[in-house]
Amino acid sequence: MAALLLDGARADYGGSPVLGPLDLKVERGECVALVGRSGAGKSTLLSLLRDAKRRDAALVPQNLGLVDTLSVFHNVYMGQLAQHSNLYNLINLARPFAAQVTAVQAELEHLDMSNSLWTRTGELSGGQRQRVAVARALFQAGEVLLADEPVSALDGPRAIAVMDALSARYETAVIAMHDVDLALRYADRLVGIRDGLIALDQPADQINYDALRALY
Amino acid sequence: MVRTSLWLLFIALAAIWVADLEIRAVSPWAELGRLAAGLIQPDFTTINSASVALLRTVAFAFTGVGLAAILGMALAFIFHWRVVRTGCAFVRAIHELFWALIFLQFFGLHPLTGVLAIAIPYAGVFARVYSEILEEGDQRANETLPADTPVISRFWYARVPDMWSHLMSYTSYRLECGMRSSAILGFVGMPTLGFYLESAYAEGQYSEVGMLLLLFLILIASLRLWVRPRLVVFYLLAAPWLLGTGLPIVWGNATRFFTQDIIPAPLRNGEGLIGLTSWLGDLIWYQALPGIGATLVLTQIALVATGVIALLSFPLISRLFVGPVGRFSGHGALIIGRSIPEYLLAYILLQLWGPSMLPAVVALAIHNGAIIGHLIGRQSNGLMLRPDAPSGFNRYTYEALPRLYRPFLAFLFYRWEIIMRETAILGILGITTLGFYVDSAIQELRFDRAIVLILITALLNIGVDALARRLRRALALRTTPTAQVPIQP
Repeated sequence: MAALLLDGARADYGGSPVLGPLDLKVERGECVALVGRSGAGKSTLLSLLRDAKRRDAALVPQNLGLVDTLSVFHNVYMGQLAQHSNLYNLINLARPFAAQVTAVQAELEHLDMSNSLWTRTGELSGGQRQRVAVARALFQAGEVLLADEPVSALDGPRAIAVMDALSARYETAVIAMHDVDLALRYADRLVGIRDGLIALDQPADQINYDALRALY
Repeated sequence: MVRTSLWLLFIALAAIWVADLEIRAVSPWAELGRLAAGLIQPDFTTINSASVALLRTVAFAFTGVGLAAILGMALAFIFHWRVVRTGCAFVRAIHELFWALIFLQFFGLHPLTGVLAIAIPYAGVFARVYSEILEEGDQRANETLPADTPVISRFWYARVPDMWSHLMSYTSYRLECGMRSSAILGFVGMPTLGFYLESAYAEGQYSEVGMLLLLFLILIASLRLWVRPRLVVFYLLAAPWLLGTGLPIVWGNATRFFTQDIIPAPLRNGEGLIGLTSWLGDLIWYQALPGIGATLVLTQIALVATGVIALLSFPLISRLFVGPVGRFSGHGALIIGRSIPEYLLAYILLQLWGPSMLPAVVALAIHNGAIIGHLIGRQSNGLMLRPDAPSGFNRYTYEALPRLYRPFLAFLFYRWEIIMRETAILGILGITTLGFYVDSAIQELRFDRAIVLILITALLNIGVDALARRLRRALALRTTPTAQVPIQP
């Protein structure tokens, strides 16, 4: 059974079509990289996938979706709001539970962020904020990961560390990324988008480099 | 915009023509002089009873506003339900003094009357403003959360924290308003400042009046010093125990109020629909319509007078026009103007000048004009003029006014509904607006009539609010809810 399925999906913006119609099927245990020029429609495709799979999809959107006035701890904890009762969540908002603090701290250690547990997210740098959003997705431990350029603000080794952590936690994932080398390294399959349509769909180990270059 | 302003001016002039603005007192200025002497030489010998009054004023304000804030937050969460929106519009259209007059009938002089009179209309205001503030917030975190996240957790994690500081600054502004409402509730028998003020006034103890007014001004002006986030929790917990005991509730009164008092008289007496129709017709023809007329006339005059005072007073606190020393005293004057509740000011002026619309117009214009003057004065401090900009009157007319007129009108329209609410209530003091007829009906123990008249007042307020909104939209006068909050200098 497919983990994610789009059948004749399309998206319009202000009346004019920006994506599709296209079909896409992602199997369980498959990591798909969306590649293509910026503006080709990768983010739109991700939001269509998200609409198709609302439950149990962990998101790392391009805008990160962080609450700047809350601490790093609370932002990461928000990944598991659905697992607890409202009362538990409200108490944890005022007085964090020790068990949750330990668990969140463990996630942050993978990402070299454990020093800023109680910093307000709004005070962090762009790269740190991106890692907080990634930590939230890791903490959520959903079934599927939908990430939009999750390492765009990170340098080489940090980007590798984040991608390692994400692919260790999520077997099934769709990740938009402009860095083709990273895509080839982590994805099982590359889907190239051009002008709102799928222009390339190949396993990462059988990639046709001419077709890949034609995307950009 | 110019045309709208001219229309407002024209309507106000026409209203002045039909309004009764005469000074009736025999020697109004001598009386004013004695009051001024009392203010200059306040008498602090009765400070003990005054401090109890002040404590009660603060306690009622904290309990009422605290309760309202909690209720308002809960309602803001479901404010997208039409029934909640309508209900809130309705409860906030009824002035806290009217609520107090209603609750007095079945709770009597129990503290609950005062607390609910503040809490209910304030909850309606909080619900609307909180939900408007939350809408201004960043929705992206909320959109990123997993779909099955419980809605209450969503609300508190992804929506409230982003706007928390705005919510709190609005709440602290409303606390200041709550202090004024609480003081005013003394005029209908609550043990707050208004009660002591009224009796001191009745006995002609102007030095005592002066002391009470000064204490109240100090209380409001020092609010920022002693209302601190960590202390507020303590205040909120302590306040309900400091309301005084009042008189016990007679539950029989409460039952009778609902089952008999507010049932229209013809129905109670079994006169059927025909009786009801003529009863309602008389009520509308002889009381509601004259009341509505006077309320509208007074509101329109007061609105324009408010605008004039605001436009004249904002340069006092603007760095475009006066130096630091001048601004300091300007701030002082505007704080005094907006700290004294309209009702209290109108009460004092009415004693001095006799019953007519003049005291009401002056009181409304001073209070509301000082608030708007403060807001646009602050806005003018953000203006960047070219280095060789003209000065003085030319600067005012060519540089400042054209840039500030739009926000000025926005604030004025926003205060329209507030001015009308107050206008109606000033009737209790003897001016023939709707409040006058409500108060008379209550004194004659005709609660059925009072309730109908209060409902009519509420509908009138809702109507004016809707009109002001339409005008704001038509003139593209957008103000964020937080920009309407006068932040203290």
